Amino acid sequence: MKFVDEFRDTKKAQTLKKAIHKLAARLAPTQTRPLQLMEFCGGHTHTIFRYGIEQMLPDSIEMVHGPGCPVCVLPMGRVDDCVALAERPEVIFTTFGDAMRVPGSHKSLLQAKADGADIRMTYSPMDALGLARKNPDREVIFFGLGFETTMPSTALTVLQAEREGITNFSLFCNHITTVPTIKAVLDSPDMQIDGFLAPGHVAMVIGERPFDFIAEDYEKPLVITGFEPLDILHSLWMLLQQLDENRHDVENQYTRIVPENGNTPALEAISKVFEIRDFFEWRGLGSIDHSGVKMKQAYAAYDAEQKFSVPNLKIADPKSCQCGEVVKGVIKPWDCKIFGKECNPETPMGALMVSSEGACAAYYNNGYTLKTGTTG
Amino acid sequence: MCLGIPGQIIEITDTEKQLAKVDVSGIKREINIACIIDAEHPVDACVGDWVLVHVGFAMSRIDEDEAARTLKILEELGEVEEEMQAMQQGAR
Repeated sequence: MKFVDEFRDTKKAQTLKKAIHKLAARLAPTQTRPLQLMEFCGGHTHTIFRYGIEQMLPDSIEMVHGPGCPVCVLPMGRVDDCVALAERPEVIFTTFGDAMRVPGSHKSLLQAKADGADIRMTYSPMDALGLARKNPDREVIFFGLGFETTMPSTALTVLQAEREGITNFSLFCNHITTVPTIKAVLDSPDMQIDGFLAPGHVAMVIGERPFDFIAEDYEKPLVITGFEPLDILHSLWMLLQQLDENRHDVENQYTRIVPENGNTPALEAISKVFEIRDFFEWRGLGSIDHSGVKMKQAYAAYDAEQKFSVPNLKIADPKSCQCGEVVKGVIKPWDCKIFGKECNPETPMGALMVSSEGACAAYYNNGYTLKTGTTG
Repeated sequence: MCLGIPGQIIEITDTEKQLAKVDVSGIKREINIACIIDAEHPVDACVGDWVLVHVGFAMSRIDEDEAARTLKILEELGEVEEEMQAMQQGAR
């Protein structure tokens, strides 16, 4: 596949591996602990595990798998809200497939579907709008989740519904924002991240500038990164170069996709439909100020939260979960008491076990269930 | 969740709704192209564009020159590594 295969080339990967080892060896004498480099995005976590990138790195580099998996960080109370909406007889509840298995306090959407709720997986929010067109006597709700990458698609779908005068379509908006979340990670007292691989597809929408504060205020190097294995290795090499030269800049490795100023039509659609929430509750991380968006009052007719009554109960995370510490790089998944035991991909307890993009599920699925000296 | 896949626009299907057919490795489906059009690149100019497709929306036009430039950097890095290795071996 064009623009994919070229970025999986083994020879270039070996070159990058050598270059990374060389720079890491030069940096090692200045370190008292391994360098901690965070990939924020669950998509990157997935690539890192799928291609065994951690095993290609020297011991002096540790990857920390960040909180950028929207399915993982969805709190149980929000899943309960989804189930409550989906169980209304007039509703067709539509969602991306990833969200089906996320546990609520009683059940997941998958279990609710088995119990008879009309829940349908759709590839695109546009498909949900199509269902609304075809079923004028039903209420079609789309479960909008994801970071800025996905916000334009739901915003544009709402705008299209408005243009067509479709009144039986609404959005249950649970979108989250990247910058306040990275800031929350950086502000946590036990934080010791030395550099960031920034999410390429978020940057494709919001551009490079929103990441400047990480370089300027927190003095951490950051590289906007693509999703193929060469992209990740290339960006790690760029991060090490910055560290070697004592620089902390925002650099863009993913220039084939990410324009410096992001995507103007996408940003316009977002700001037309959405506004920042005061705070949003995250599974594993607690409440983070300004880390979510809701629909503007002008689009209340398309807002499932306003159109239907949503229980919106706060359900505490299981006490035994240590997802927050894993996400900040304080502990590894296998250091958590319930990892691989009560908490496993079949019956996830914590956020990071829910989706294959979560750090704990990635460790579990790739057989890293016991602490060893070679994989961390 | 945030993943995208490259595809090529083969046909505009609805100019007003800004819809087009995209070919992703032989799989064809209709996508929304509102995010890749502007005054300088109107709907009709999109046929043939390589785009990144995310949940049924073209989210970015892929810059072929930039893709080539990134690969060239890596190519050259390999050449430098090889040359340095040869130098090191020659010095022994």
